[in-house]
Amino acid sequence: MSKVKKLFSNYIFLRVIRAILTIFIVATLTFFIIRLMPGNPIEIYIGQLMSQYGMSFQDAKNQAAALFSIDLDAPLSKQYVIYMRNLLRGDFGVSFLSQGTPVSLMIAAYLPWTIFSVGISILISFSLGITLGMISAYKRGGIFDHIVSTVAAILSAIPNYLIGILLLIIIGVQLGLIPVSAMRGTVSPGIKPGFTWTFIKDIFSHALLPIMTYVVSTVGGWTLSMKSSTLNTLGEDYVTVAKARGLPESRITFAYVGRNALLPLFTSLTMQMGFLMGGSALIESIFVYKGIGWALGSSIAQRDYPVMQAVFLIITIAVIVANFIADLLYSKLDPRIKIGGE
Amino acid sequence: MSAKNILRRIFLEPLIIISRDKAGFVGFIFLLFILLLSFIGPYFIKLDTEVKLDKIYQFPSREHILGTDNQGRDIFSQIVNGGKDVIIVAFLAGLISTLIAVSLGSLSAYAGGLTDTIIMFITEIILTIPQFPLLAVLAAFVRLTNPTMLAFIIGFLGWPALARAIRSQVLSIKERDYIEAARVLDLGRIHIIFSEILPNMLSYIVISLIMAMTGAVYSQVGLIILGLVPFYGHNWGLMIQLAWTRGAIFYKGSIFYILSPIIAIALFQWSAVTFTRSLEGIFNPRLRAGE
Repeated sequence: MSKVKKLFSNYIFLRVIRAILTIFIVATLTFFIIRLMPGNPIEIYIGQLMSQYGMSFQDAKNQAAALFSIDLDAPLSKQYVIYMRNLLRGDFGVSFLSQGTPVSLMIAAYLPWTIFSVGISILISFSLGITLGMISAYKRGGIFDHIVSTVAAILSAIPNYLIGILLLIIIGVQLGLIPVSAMRGTVSPGIKPGFTWTFIKDIFSHALLPIMTYVVSTVGGWTLSMKSSTLNTLGEDYVTVAKARGLPESRITFAYVGRNALLPLFTSLTMQMGFLMGGSALIESIFVYKGIGWALGSSIAQRDYPVMQAVFLIITIAVIVANFIADLLYSKLDPRIKIGGE
Repeated sequence: MSAKNILRRIFLEPLIIISRDKAGFVGFIFLLFILLLSFIGPYFIKLDTEVKLDKIYQFPSREHILGTDNQGRDIFSQIVNGGKDVIIVAFLAGLISTLIAVSLGSLSAYAGGLTDTIIMFITEIILTIPQFPLLAVLAAFVRLTNPTMLAFIIGFLGWPALARAIRSQVLSIKERDYIEAARVLDLGRIHIIFSEILPNMLSYIVISLIMAMTGAVYSQVGLIILGLVPFYGHNWGLMIQLAWTRGAIFYKGSIFYILSPIIAIALFQWSAVTFTRSLEGIFNPRLRAGE
């Protein structure tokens, strides 16, 4: 009995359970939206097939069933079980538009680019933000602090897709610094993937505008939070004690102030990841960067329901997994979390 | 607390205090300016819908202070007439989010135990689902036939973060002496929440409402730009969407056409955030210290 109790109070175990439960709930919701909503995609698709191609109801129904990998004649509960089993196997059905392409293949082609661009952006933005924030806090009231804080406040308030459009028209169209249309897509045709300089240069040039957009729109937030967090930490007793002990300034700055000021920012990191993954639908559509966000935008625009349903699920799962990893990292950095309590 | 007192606390006191905070005051002035422009302006400046092919992409002049668009129509009149719908939808959505967040957040904190665990679990789950994709997918299923529907969908998904914040606020107020006194007097849960706890959080709730509005502007304009909001009308988001889908943004001379709605939205967001940030700075110490 005590073993079971111990397991349930285990931080990591609880996180795993919650992540799985959330994925399960989202998958279930998606199923019921697809099947039960008035004017659900299956009915729409069957109607379309019948009116456009003159198919009989039975033929249209069979084709719809194949596309969604759902047996439409089975009772709903059984359909649900089959749907869940297919999901576990990674079978998301077949795309409406590019007939015959399994959705899982499309996801495998798109998802890495989004993880790549969003991941790099968070790294750059987070390290830049905490550096600027710490300097601002140390030089508070000065010109540097004023400029950085004002710009940060403005940038963090503007919706990221507007920053994307601004970058596009200022750098691409008005100044003509970069060839916008040549930078569409994720990789130039004819370039082979591998650890070669040409490939790496190419993928970064394609991801340049999305990465710039993510960084510019989030760096302000990090700067402001790091500044206030550092200011709070500077007033702590242990910093005063460290100073009184005559520890070197650099040691106090990094080991005492920096490390502790960073901790509260890690919780926002998980929120940020979800937000950026979600916002990628807009950013990638603006730049025609063919990642999972672009796939979501275009599948919705073209009403390609199997793709749309799968992409939505995958984005959610990616966010949940990212959150989970961040949580684990955070519990390593701040052991107080594991012991529990709020 | 009387109605007069409440009015005084929400509107008058913040104004007096905010005039002492530079950034907050600037934010407040801009916010007021945008609101007046969008709600009073349309009575004086009518939307220019007449296509004038000889006046395409004109630069700002005395006649057209923001220039003209790809069909020779006055951009300034489009800006003046394009804010109302965006702000109304944002306000409605923000109001719905705040209402749900306040009810669930305070119930969760006040009831505690199993109720608290269940509400917070649901909150956490909705919070982990990326909101914009969910909205986009829902927009594809639900026929968004009017602005109210859009506001409802955005509002119904926007409450979780707020509910969590409200919950921790209530948790801290709950332990105060006067709440203890009300409990001893057996005034009932509903009475204590709505008459004792919430009035003491009014300033915080107003701040949350404005923040929820900025979130709603983000989602709303994003959906419009992706082309997922099919109803007719004229607003800032639609201006951007048209300029984008018709390729006007790739033409050098269109800079005023595309920049105007972007700046209008950015200015609204910035002034709202700045205004509330300084409001928060003003109210939070009082909340923490207790009255």
